[in-house]
Amino acid sequence: MLDQSKDVNERRRPSLAVFKFASCDGCQLSILNLEEDLLAVGQALDIAYFPEASSDMKPGPYDIALVEGSITTAEDAHRILSVRKQANVLITIGACATAGGIQALRNWADVEAFKRTVYPSPEYIQSLSTSTPISEHVHVDFELWGCPIDKGQLLRIVTDLVAGVQPRLPADSVCLECKRRGNVCVLVARGIPCLGPVTRTGCGAICPSMGRDCYGCFGPSEGARKGPGLPPNTASLAKHFHGELQLIPVEVMRRFRGINGYVLPFRAESDLWESKT
Amino acid sequence: MPEKTAQTRTIAVDMVARVEGEGALRVTVKDETVQDVELRIFEPPRFFEAFLRGRHYEEVPDIVARICGICPIAYQMSAVHALEQIFGLRVEGALRDLRRLIYCGEWIESHALHVYLLQAPDFLGYDSAIAMAKDHAAVVPRGLRLKKAGNAIMTLLGGRSVHPVSVKVGGFSRVPLRRELEGLKDELLWARDAAVDTVRWVADFEYPDFAPDYNYVALRHPDEYPLNEGQIVASTVLQISATEFEQHFVEHQVAYSNALHCTVQGSPYLVGPLARLNLNHDHLTPLAKQVLTDRRIALPLRNPFHGIIARSVEILYALEESLRLIERYETPPLAALPVAVRSGTGMACTEAPRGILYHRYEVDGDGVVRDAKIVPPTSQNQFRIEQDLRLFMPRLLHLPDKEAALACERVIRCYDPCISCATHFLNLDIRRESST
Repeated sequence: MLDQSKDVNERRRPSLAVFKFASCDGCQLSILNLEEDLLAVGQALDIAYFPEASSDMKPGPYDIALVEGSITTAEDAHRILSVRKQANVLITIGACATAGGIQALRNWADVEAFKRTVYPSPEYIQSLSTSTPISEHVHVDFELWGCPIDKGQLLRIVTDLVAGVQPRLPADSVCLECKRRGNVCVLVARGIPCLGPVTRTGCGAICPSMGRDCYGCFGPSEGARKGPGLPPNTASLAKHFHGELQLIPVEVMRRFRGINGYVLPFRAESDLWESKT
Repeated sequence: MPEKTAQTRTIAVDMVARVEGEGALRVTVKDETVQDVELRIFEPPRFFEAFLRGRHYEEVPDIVARICGICPIAYQMSAVHALEQIFGLRVEGALRDLRRLIYCGEWIESHALHVYLLQAPDFLGYDSAIAMAKDHAAVVPRGLRLKKAGNAIMTLLGGRSVHPVSVKVGGFSRVPLRRELEGLKDELLWARDAAVDTVRWVADFEYPDFAPDYNYVALRHPDEYPLNEGQIVASTVLQISATEFEQHFVEHQVAYSNALHCTVQGSPYLVGPLARLNLNHDHLTPLAKQVLTDRRIALPLRNPFHGIIARSVEILYALEESLRLIERYETPPLAALPVAVRSGTGMACTEAPRGILYHRYEVDGDGVVRDAKIVPPTSQNQFRIEQDLRLFMPRLLHLPDKEAALACERVIRCYDPCISCATHFLNLDIRRESST
């Protein structure tokens, strides 16, 4: 944990670093979208390393490192080790860093064929055959899910760390938040294959509130069925998609193989339905 | 044969800050003339075009948004327009207006981010907007609030500002009520005044004297400043539809970069705010024209450093356009037109904040994507950035390493290179060879 000297006024300002790997930068933008709070964060913390926002780059070690993006190149697999060495607390921000991201769709494909699709001279392209989450490479202290992350959650976790409070992030399903917002269930009432029942809360149930299906961008929920840390009941939802909503196996497979497709509960479900196609 | 002694000078910047893109720059100098400039972009490939194959067309807007967190709407708009071309859909009236409105929101947030947080620190001599805020207490919050106004439009229409969720083929998953849109008005009126102040503010910056001979490329529409629709036009003789894009615009791969070089009629070209403004300034609002006249800003702008002026003018235009669209909005009867799926190929080009963004999709009779091609604005500008560095370099050769590198960074920042690239890394390597 961070410097917790008794007297708040004597504490050194904790330093913050932001690192980027393969990603779209949307989660870093969520930091900049803190707007007025960004200046407050700049006062409470020493933003020591955030190339996207500042050319003043101080060397480590850092109290808090936020890591965006997944590991897709040999160079990056090496670089994340040095980031871990420099970070007291390492937090992954977003679906790429936490689950491999949408680009983890390559993990089911022939990447050499992918290269030929996109580049006329594929031999120039240095890329691993997989896109993997940060936790497959180094120890991760906290994970912020979401594509993009919720900036309120980010502010919360940083505030907790600075205050010396153990951060707690919600892990129950989108449905609970959706009900609290008073939405009519799109799955039950409209027969839309919504992933809300197995997806982690945190976004504010945005998609059902906008009249559409949740597509799982906060990753799998936990604990709804068997207790904390245990996976959601994807099997039951998948059967409902297939049986009640008439989705054919390839459509069920695609539902689970999306933004967070490489994370185990979703991965296993999509693989199962792929085997039925 | 005179004997050559190679004198190599290496200037290294570990990372270019406040741009989005990982690149290294190699400059070869011989007898004090610049021989060669290679801008290398190390964007870890994410293979979007490849993994779109086999996905259903309805998933495309959610997937392509993830190419860029700063301009997701641009990717969604080019995608839905290309797919609608296949299905023979034309989205008109209030739904067309809403698309224009959410795109204005994206221009406002993206441009305000670049003007205030990424580029202004260069002109005022700071490392970041956070550092700048200490001495310019009023300016930075103004920029953040402007950006927030753009985000508010996107959030109302799309559910959130990064990767909005409501855009779909045929329209939206949900359309706002008139009173919801009216709730934005007061803030947008404030933002319009702040945008006028922004144009005035950047007009007074000191600019280096630099005017390359550009071929500008942008969309052009008979009745409006271009966002979602228009013909592709250039400073040279060119007027084509998006369906003809690939016959005129060619991508080449170069060994030293993961990005593809684009040319039109065999030469590099420039897309983005400068190109759009120069080719479409007749469609600006009277207020925007007036602000330009008051500040004696003569169009066309030919200096890449003036991109910040063009961006600021576009923030003002987008705010005025948003207010106009809100004023005439009536909730449409349907949030989205019904889609009759059929096989075919469709292309579309829309104006992302950084310039034209081309998409082509081929789908089968089940609506499953069989092939996809995406040409983003930054890869179109890359060749032009190299040419400009080549032209700008001679005036930097007398500088010490660190300053020359910083000046190169400032040139690169003018173009607002787009985000979906890996860590920023500019390693400027000047090789000097002299014949003696």
